Amino acid sequence: MTARAKARLGDRVFQAAAMGAGLLILVALAAVAIFLIAKAMPALVASPEELKRDGTDFWPYVPPLIFGTVWAAFLALLFALPLAVGIALFISHYAPRKLAQGLGYAIDLLAAIPSVVYGLWGILVLAPAVRPLYEWLVNNVGWFPLFAGPVSGTGRTVLTVAVVLAVMILPIITALCREVFLQTPPLHEEAALALGATRWEVVKMAVLPFGRAGIISATMLGLGRALGETMAVAMVLSPSIIISFALLQSQNPTTIAANIALKFPEATGLGINALIATGLVLFAITFVVNALARVVINRRKEFSGAN
Amino acid sequence: MTLMSEAAVIQGRTLPRGFAWTTLVASIVASAAIFLALALAQVTPEFNVAGAAVVGAILYLVLVGVISRLVEGRRKSIDRVMAGVITAAFLIALIPLISLVATTAADGINRFDMQFFSSSMRNVVGAGGGGLHAIIGTLLVTGAATIISVPVGIMTAIYLVEYGKGRLAKSITFLIDVMTGIPSIVAGLFAFALFALVFGPGIRFGIGGAVALSLLMIPVVVRSTEEMLKLVPNELREASFALGVPKWLTIVKVVLPTAIAGIITGVMISIARIIGETAPLLIIAGLSTSMNYDLFSERMTTLPVFVYTQYTIQGADAQAYIDRAWTGALVLIIIVLLLNLIARIIARVLAPKGSR
Amino acid sequence: MSKRIEVENLNVFYGKFLAVEGVSLTIEPRTVTAFIGPSGCGKSTLLRTLNRMHEVIPGARVDGRVAIDGKNLYDLDVDPVLVRRQVGMVFQRPNPFPTMSIKENVLAGVKLNNGRISRSDADDLVEKSLKGANLWKEVKDRLDRPGSSLSGGQQQRLCIARAIAVSPDVLLMDEPCSALDPISTLAIEDLIEELKRDYTIVIVTHNMQQASRVSDRTAFFNIAGTGLPGRLIEVDDTATIFERPTEKSTEDYISGRFG
Repeated sequence: MTARAKARLGDRVFQAAAMGAGLLILVALAAVAIFLIAKAMPALVASPEELKRDGTDFWPYVPPLIFGTVWAAFLALLFALPLAVGIALFISHYAPRKLAQGLGYAIDLLAAIPSVVYGLWGILVLAPAVRPLYEWLVNNVGWFPLFAGPVSGTGRTVLTVAVVLAVMILPIITALCREVFLQTPPLHEEAALALGATRWEVVKMAVLPFGRAGIISATMLGLGRALGETMAVAMVLSPSIIISFALLQSQNPTTIAANIALKFPEATGLGINALIATGLVLFAITFVVNALARVVINRRKEFSGAN
Repeated sequence: MTLMSEAAVIQGRTLPRGFAWTTLVASIVASAAIFLALALAQVTPEFNVAGAAVVGAILYLVLVGVISRLVEGRRKSIDRVMAGVITAAFLIALIPLISLVATTAADGINRFDMQFFSSSMRNVVGAGGGGLHAIIGTLLVTGAATIISVPVGIMTAIYLVEYGKGRLAKSITFLIDVMTGIPSIVAGLFAFALFALVFGPGIRFGIGGAVALSLLMIPVVVRSTEEMLKLVPNELREASFALGVPKWLTIVKVVLPTAIAGIITGVMISIARIIGETAPLLIIAGLSTSMNYDLFSERMTTLPVFVYTQYTIQGADAQAYIDRAWTGALVLIIIVLLLNLIARIIARVLAPKGSR
Repeated sequence: MSKRIEVENLNVFYGKFLAVEGVSLTIEPRTVTAFIGPSGCGKSTLLRTLNRMHEVIPGARVDGRVAIDGKNLYDLDVDPVLVRRQVGMVFQRPNPFPTMSIKENVLAGVKLNNGRISRSDADDLVEKSLKGANLWKEVKDRLDRPGSSLSGGQQQRLCIARAIAVSPDVLLMDEPCSALDPISTLAIEDLIEELKRDYTIVIVTHNMQQASRVSDRTAFFNIAGTGLPGRLIEVDDTATIFERPTEKSTEDYISGRFG
């Protein structure tokens, strides 16, 4: 009888501990939301005069930041997505098998390189390297609005940032795409081969359609990462609070995350509250992007149940 | 009649085996010659390697496409061009990644010396100094974050896999997805908001950074542990129950040991993920140039923040600061690589014995 | 050591679905009882209610009575964990713990329950249990090798050794030979013959030759159709069931006319 009581107690305690850990996560997230909102509130309700005194006026201040965040992430995705799909296909279907395994491992490692290292590389290596290209672009295709001059003398433009972000999210998107491509049912591929398809036709007929949802969700996750990335942008960009599509000028729209990192150490009073409020906006944006990714993934799960 | 004869032919017209390589070499030589001529004719200041590579690649794709189209037909030609495009995508992506690793290694080695690992930046202006304070800070903050995250993460995963059903488990799963997407700077703002409310807005200390990092680490630990626990066959749980072992002992002594290799691998990889975080620590742990062994008081610098500040706050001898930044970056990459390597070794060593 | 099992009016549910309906039967000590019947007729489900293992599946519940030596397993004050120490179980597929050696596997029941056991006692128990499972000779020189290094048949006997090491009164076997080759099957059947000297054994099997070879009593279960509950059709001495069954459906099943 005593043994039984002991066993029951152990079970109860252990289950309570496990559940407690789960509840802690609930509480922690609620706390994140509550504390951020509480700290953001003063900036949201303050009169413009009060805010001006601390250097920032919230409502006109946010749209350029949102624009910069989305613009930089969008450009990064534009570069990264085709390359990532290409690399993933190369590893999963084109490279010799032995090489492919090593490459897969290398990609996983690259995904773990800290963003501050990417930032350092972006500012010290990439920015000087692309300056001649930027000059050439402005001189020769400057009529195109995106490449309008005057060209930045440092290379620290939104285009450079986008390239750095693209390099950063490349391993993430690639790793996910590769996984999905490798999961293509062999039967689908063999069916295509049996119809006399070339390798590219197999990819087009079997691999890409099967992996489409996976590519989309990988893209979303990469986008989420690019939106929230702080250090690389903070280090590379020469920032302004403006809305501008020009890629090569010295006046560039900054992002929410970079703006917080740069301004926070010197911020005081309502300035802090305003920065936290922008953080809340960023949280909302990434939340939406991730939720979309989640929806796509779950839809795919339902479909693949039939396989 | 034509249909029949087409069906009977299995010997299509194909190009010889070395065709692709020959064309590639030819294209690159041609392109290099053009750029060399431009350089010699003073049109460009020097031989443009990047330009030569780009033009060579395009030349190759066009040549292969056209020749293959003429000889082998449309489908074969598209296949060859796409293979070229995909390989090109791979090579293009390789350039920045190799450049990144190579530069970090080459420039980081300058200050990869004893002094870097034995001194802080206290009272250092210009050359000398080191990152010991930042290395210690990294170990302390990351260690504290691990101590917070691992028990919470593993217990949550146990709850979700072994006990959880119904609405609570579903909402926890959902919130972990949400947590996965929290931008690191927002995690930093949260830690700040939390501690500022208690200690006032000037608060900067290491443990705050650890709390922020935990917020980023917990979902990774939960996810990977969950996957590993799900891989433990139900038969083992049943075998244990059938021996009259209570559920909690079954989990502790059968399920966890079976999954432990995977769980440790997941933890190592999550540590590798957060050890490079900069933004949240910039906000809540602050900057410091001195040694600080106390997580609970005073500012504490970690390696990523060290790298960042060495670059952004350059003193008189700028190159000395930049050298230190690169060395910090190199040390960080080495730590991350080591963590990944250790994770692999552990996975190998602890994998269930005798299982094929 | 061996005990009598009495099942009275047992219904087993998975959620709202009635899986087994109205089973009553008595299992005598030191006998081998075989449960036979077509797939899905509830014989495994019934077997698992005899040591409350069905409770592991969410939503499973029973009403009725299962008594071991007069004590109802489903009384409120009964701890399922303790029931399982008295009623051991061997599963369809051999499932030795992959993280443990052969020796540790045999001692699992004791060690996992935080039991302390002296070295010499442990060695004795390992030897006794492995001998009881006819495995001692084959593994005595490699007790520290992982349990999963053995062949399938050896693994299954290791699982039997593990089950009898906690000295249960009853052994339940859920198709213990269905994943094994004929020679290993024979070894297990011989073992069952020996084990019945000490234990009450209930075995679920799809193999009617096996039922006729190893069991003293046989219970035939059947199901009227998909979605309907399984029922006990008849139970009798094995010889009677196989030679002169009372029910038509038993005869049909045994003579291979369906199922």
